[in-house]
Amino acid sequence: MALLDVQNLQTHFRTPEGVNRAVDGVSFHVDEGETLAIVGESGCGKSVTSMSLMRLIPEPPGKIAGSIRFQGKDLLQLSEPEMRAIRGNDISMIFQEPMTSLNPVLTVGRQIGETLRMHQGLDKQAALARAVEMLTLVGIPEPARRVREYPHQLSGGMRQRVMIAMALACNPKLLIADEPTTALDVTIQAQILQLMLDLKRRVGAAIVLITHDLGVVAEIAERVMVMYAGRKVEEAPVAELFRSPRHPYTQGLLGALPRLGSSLTGAARRLAEIPGQVPSLKQRIEGCVFAGRCPLATDLCREFAPGLEEKGPRHIAACHYAPKEAAAA
Amino acid sequence: MVSYIFRRILATMPVMAIVALFVFSLLYIAPGDPAAVIAGDQASPADVERIRQALGLNRPFLVQFGSWVWRILHGDLGTSIFTNLPVGSLIAQRIEPTLSLMVITLVLTLLIAVPLGVVAAWKAGTWLDRTIMAFAVFGFSLPVFVVGYVLAYVFALHLEWLPVQGYTPLAEGFWPWLVNLILPAVALGCVYIALIARITRAAMLEVLQQDYIRTARAKGLGQNSILFVHALKNAAVPIVTVIGIGIALLIGGAVVTESVFAIPGLGRLTIDAILRRDYPVIQGIVLLFSFLYVLVNLMVDVTYTLVDPRIRY
Repeated sequence: MALLDVQNLQTHFRTPEGVNRAVDGVSFHVDEGETLAIVGESGCGKSVTSMSLMRLIPEPPGKIAGSIRFQGKDLLQLSEPEMRAIRGNDISMIFQEPMTSLNPVLTVGRQIGETLRMHQGLDKQAALARAVEMLTLVGIPEPARRVREYPHQLSGGMRQRVMIAMALACNPKLLIADEPTTALDVTIQAQILQLMLDLKRRVGAAIVLITHDLGVVAEIAERVMVMYAGRKVEEAPVAELFRSPRHPYTQGLLGALPRLGSSLTGAARRLAEIPGQVPSLKQRIEGCVFAGRCPLATDLCREFAPGLEEKGPRHIAACHYAPKEAAAA
Repeated sequence: MVSYIFRRILATMPVMAIVALFVFSLLYIAPGDPAAVIAGDQASPADVERIRQALGLNRPFLVQFGSWVWRILHGDLGTSIFTNLPVGSLIAQRIEPTLSLMVITLVLTLLIAVPLGVVAAWKAGTWLDRTIMAFAVFGFSLPVFVVGYVLAYVFALHLEWLPVQGYTPLAEGFWPWLVNLILPAVALGCVYIALIARITRAAMLEVLQQDYIRTARAKGLGQNSILFVHALKNAAVPIVTVIGIGIALLIGGAVVTESVFAIPGLGRLTIDAILRRDYPVIQGIVLLFSFLYVLVNLMVDVTYTLVDPRIRY
């Protein structure tokens, strides 16, 4: 059984201009210890998906439907106190902005210890001792001193390490990382990713990694799910996806990646881009969500939405024209 | 920190000097002649002149001011023209009721206003929020004496739960002291509660949007812990600022409240002194209040460092 099994997740927001279908019928699963990356450009519903998993969407104006089975329990059916017992304990989260995601007026030790005191019933001293341990684990020098410091006394990379320490303090089964490295320097990004991988192996947690950085995906994910306009458009193991992306959107994303040395081998070329923008999600979209920007789109695409079809080994995509892999290939 | 407090106390001296000059000159240019008042209706111009000379009122302004400041610096606030008692001891007799009233009002305000503001922000946009804010506007619009009389009428005269007026010194027991102060404190606190509830709500609304609140929720913290630990501590700086500024409201309001509830405090002393043109007493009280206000705002600045570690002096 999958650790997390999401079926037909729909997160809609009521707005004065109509219902915003931020996530519209997404299904996926995460196995124990697995790393699933969710990619897509801004506004495609990645973050809303991750917030929905934790039920952190304010309701109203938000509304989450579908089912989110975690270890067999449907999270959407739990009461708020039951959900609180899961947040930060079985499922924890790392956010994009280490600069603003830590509380500026509480010490680092307090913020790490808090989860331990609440979920594991440790007393103040034990929680603090464990916080020092966690800081050591995430590679922060002088943890005994740092534990008494406030976030503004730490650098961005250190703060993200603190966030990771906080998220892993209770040995969660699932770690949701929402663009954990986006706000960091490139050199720090690599360190943080490495740290996440090391700790994941140690703790045995599964990771859902939300990102728009395909470099990060290639480095740490096992499976990739591509989202566009609130829907899942493609899903495949990471090597398979990079080798033969099937959906025109995924192809566009990969085509937009800079390649080392490309300006030396050919004429200096602009990076390929996907023309247009993610469509407004406030009107129901007939046909394929990507049709408006797709180079292959035909009348068929504009009228009928393609379903997710098997296009290769463990590889599904929602496109009328994506080629199926020849059995022999 | 200690050196900061010391420097701040030093910095209050010029402020107090300006206040002193202002207080002194205000009375100097105010209409009415204290010498004539003291001498009474029947006095001859010669009598008035004699009194004027005895009080030094005929000397140049700066000389009068200088000698006045000199005496204050030596702890002598002068002598009441009307009662012939030292101003210092007059104030000492009356200070307990006023300080008691202000402390009780402050405590009551914090206990009521801050939770109200927090709840209003948490439930922003709901009927609960709107009800609380409507009450705040109401409390803001009603003058102290109206609230005071209504409270006295309902809770003292009709229900007979609390005494109508008067004051019992703390030395005669905590309970009698407190019981006498509840109605005046509520009356005086109304505006203050409204003000602080509104500021708390505004500050909390902003803080509740912050990323670290989302983090706190993602950790599985309960609503109370999020609101009163994670959010309120971040919202505290504006709230504490307004509490400090609001002390001025309390000082002004205390004068009226003491009249309504017949509390023998500094407010009554002030009114009596103004009516009798008892200049030394007025000067002494105004100086004391200014000093109190400056002191409270120093405390506010020090409190900042306790609630926000990023603020260091």
